[in-house]
Amino acid sequence: MSDWIDITALDAIPQRGARLVKTAHGCVAVFRTGADEVYALDNACPHKNGPLAEGIVHGAAVTCPLHNWVISLETGEVQGNDEGQVATYPAKVEDGRVLLDASFLTRRAVA
Amino acid sequence: MTQNLIIIGAGMATGRALEHLLDADADYNVTLFNAEPRGNYNRIMLSPVLAGDKTYEEIVTHDADWYAANGVTCRFGERIAAIDRAAKTVTAENGDVLPYDKLMFGTGSNPFMIPLPGHDLEGVIAYRDLEDTQRMMDLGPDHQCVVIGGGLLGLEAAAGMAARGVDVTVVHIMGHLMERQLDEAAGYLLRKALVDKGITVKCSANSKEILGQDGHVRALLLDDGTELPCDLLVMAVGIRPNVALAQEAGLAVGKGIHVDDQMVTSDADILAVGECVEHDGAIFGLVAPLYDQAKVAAATLMKEPAQFVQKELSTKLKVTGCDLFSAGDFAEGDDREDIVFRDPARGVYRRLVIENNVIVGAVMYGDTADSNWFFGLIRDKTDIADMRDTLIFGPAYQGGSAADPLLAVAALPRDAEICGCNGICKGQIEDAIAAGATDLAAIKATTKASASCGTCTGLVEQVLAVTLGDDFVIPAAASICGCTDMTHEDVRRMIKSQELKSMPAVWQACGWKTSCGCHVCRPALNFYLLADWPLEYTDDPQSRFINERKHANIQKDGTFSVVPRMWGGITTPNELRAIADAADKFAVPTVKVTGGQRIDLLGVKGEDLPAIWKDLNDAGMVSGHAYSKGLRTVKTCVGTDHCRFGTQDSTGLGIKLEKTLWGSWTPHKLKLAVSGCPRNCAEATCKDIGVICVDSGYQISIGGAAGMDVRETDLIAQVPTEAEVIDIIKAITQSYRENAKYLDRIYKWMGKVGLDWIREQTVDDLDNRAALVARFEVSQSIYRADPWAQHATQKAESYQPVANLSMEAAE
Repeated sequence: MSDWIDITALDAIPQRGARLVKTAHGCVAVFRTGADEVYALDNACPHKNGPLAEGIVHGAAVTCPLHNWVISLETGEVQGNDEGQVATYPAKVEDGRVLLDASFLTRRAVA
Repeated sequence: MTQNLIIIGAGMATGRALEHLLDADADYNVTLFNAEPRGNYNRIMLSPVLAGDKTYEEIVTHDADWYAANGVTCRFGERIAAIDRAAKTVTAENGDVLPYDKLMFGTGSNPFMIPLPGHDLEGVIAYRDLEDTQRMMDLGPDHQCVVIGGGLLGLEAAAGMAARGVDVTVVHIMGHLMERQLDEAAGYLLRKALVDKGITVKCSANSKEILGQDGHVRALLLDDGTELPCDLLVMAVGIRPNVALAQEAGLAVGKGIHVDDQMVTSDADILAVGECVEHDGAIFGLVAPLYDQAKVAAATLMKEPAQFVQKELSTKLKVTGCDLFSAGDFAEGDDREDIVFRDPARGVYRRLVIENNVIVGAVMYGDTADSNWFFGLIRDKTDIADMRDTLIFGPAYQGGSAADPLLAVAALPRDAEICGCNGICKGQIEDAIAAGATDLAAIKATTKASASCGTCTGLVEQVLAVTLGDDFVIPAAASICGCTDMTHEDVRRMIKSQELKSMPAVWQACGWKTSCGCHVCRPALNFYLLADWPLEYTDDPQSRFINERKHANIQKDGTFSVVPRMWGGITTPNELRAIADAADKFAVPTVKVTGGQRIDLLGVKGEDLPAIWKDLNDAGMVSGHAYSKGLRTVKTCVGTDHCRFGTQDSTGLGIKLEKTLWGSWTPHKLKLAVSGCPRNCAEATCKDIGVICVDSGYQISIGGAAGMDVRETDLIAQVPTEAEVIDIIKAITQSYRENAKYLDRIYKWMGKVGLDWIREQTVDDLDNRAALVARFEVSQSIYRADPWAQHATQKAESYQPVANLSMEAAE
């Protein structure tokens, strides 16, 4: 069962950008694409823990600022020749507000 | 039955012959003797090794694995003691007797050592092999070296050592340098270029004696009494074919080992190739005929018909960065006329020698772009009467519009030689392409074209482009990224001509294949739009790399570094106190002095950036843009303020330059320096733009680099006033912004458009200079501002997390 939490206004996140949400177990990056979709992923590249929220967002993907690994925002999967997986969490936009699924916090706590 | 082939000497010629034999699966057991304790390497490339551009490993042509895989028995470091031609055996140094069916000499040549008194002292060497090269490399800076011999080899040795900081003097017996390849005027230009690099050149100088101390060389004494102190003396006066062993074996020997057109010596079972041979009265030193000989020798061994023919040769060389070309015969004569073109300012010289309306010789210095065309006219004995008026200016001036270079390559016949080193013609490259070699690497691997000196790489790529059409894109013109098929240049042209002023407009007009670009093209487009439409286009932070978006340098752990600007490297006690306070307050783990004369605070958390900036702003400091593709620093020395050698106020000029240029975005980072005198303490000659103060004014030079590539700047102008320095530098910066490809430093841009073009635009054409300065100022009206102050006051919130759920999770 989903338990959506209101995080922030959509406009607080720049188009093709991201903002961080602090949790007890590290930061989650909330991305907004050029088409105003939002995605929530761990803020750590599987390669060298690069801060994905600082990357360049293009389409539904982000390029890590440290070594240019490209990660799908939809699946968290590393694209191209590199391999790896970033954890993703449910997120959505309603009435101009960004909502995250509260259960992700518990899941992160377990993990 | 398999026959025994013994090869004496692992040089470039025998190495090539061996390749031909193995490629053809010739039925031979091969044993390879070499006096040097190693296998085949590319001896021409010793000079790049000496200059530090390549390592020995990079110039090895065949390694141990190659010999093993091809079943070649290697006896390296072993000489042949004797040859018994009647018994058809050779005796190795250690007494082993080996039978041969065929024997091939590749004993090469010996450096000629002038038998001056003292030539056997320790520290007197030739320049021939890796050991010699290593000796020169080991000398170390601040030592002195004398090179006897102003030919190609001597000058390469001198230039290589000078680049390593050795104090080099070249002693040459003739009146001008490289007298066999260059005439006097070109020799003079070459000498001037070497002197400018700090090499002392003495022509018409006779060596008398080498002076020693405790068995080691101490100085060279000339016969006019001059003593030239030195720690190392390199003799590079010429080579002699190494014929001793052949002579002992009773083969016919003249200057070299006599061979016929099939490379067979006076003994039908013994062949010879390379620098040790004499063919039809000639001996050989350049690599192209050696490779021809190797091919013929291999064919002869396989009982295939082949014939070695001496060809007209041209020499195209690069000595210490100076382009030289010579071909044919350029001696003066009663029935000969000269056409000469000189441009002293650019250091360009061209001379054509004409006899009966045919070019018989050509010398070019400084600009050898048209050398292939002239060489073709010499070789084909073309009648030049009709184009005589404009001949000297090259093919572009022979009527009609300037030719498309691809059309020119398309028009070449199949037997046109593309790779001079390896004698590869256009037809062979076309055949290789047809057989599946569709890129440069494959062409190199299958034909060897462009695999030796590499100067024909561009031509090979053009042959690929002509042959494959759309399937081959010349790498220099590769598309920006997978989002588009257009090149940087094409897109820039579109932005200007179609007046595209937003990113979506570019995507639309240029048919981008993705919805919103990628991390490769977006930063480039953002820069191009910013450079061309500074007033209309608004910078898009989301298309910038994080460093430029957050005005700080990201570190490997996700923290940032903060570098406040110190104008011209000048700071104050108050600024230093504020930096120290900020470092304490924000628990900065590392404080470091940078190479650009300022202080780097490393390890600042992203959330703290606006607060630390505010503290630094309050103390009067602004962003140092240490993160930007834009102006970084203007490094200075103390100049006339304090220095007893200073000729101008270098610090003051540096501060003025930094205050006028700061905040400007450029295709890549832009570093400047101003030195107060030619001692150059600010290291201005390895910056993107450097100024050296002299008594009469200021020398501006551009295109230096001290990163992955290291390169000295080229002089673009000398002017008497500070105001002119500032205007010219603004104009250069603006022209660089408007024309260069994103991520090209100035030296790369200069490599494409040429120093002369930049000089024309920014120095010579005063109207154009003024227009560039005006456009620079328009752009600076927006960007000469401190981004830190702006972010600290207006965007501080965006540096914080948008929400903090850590408390909720803890519940």
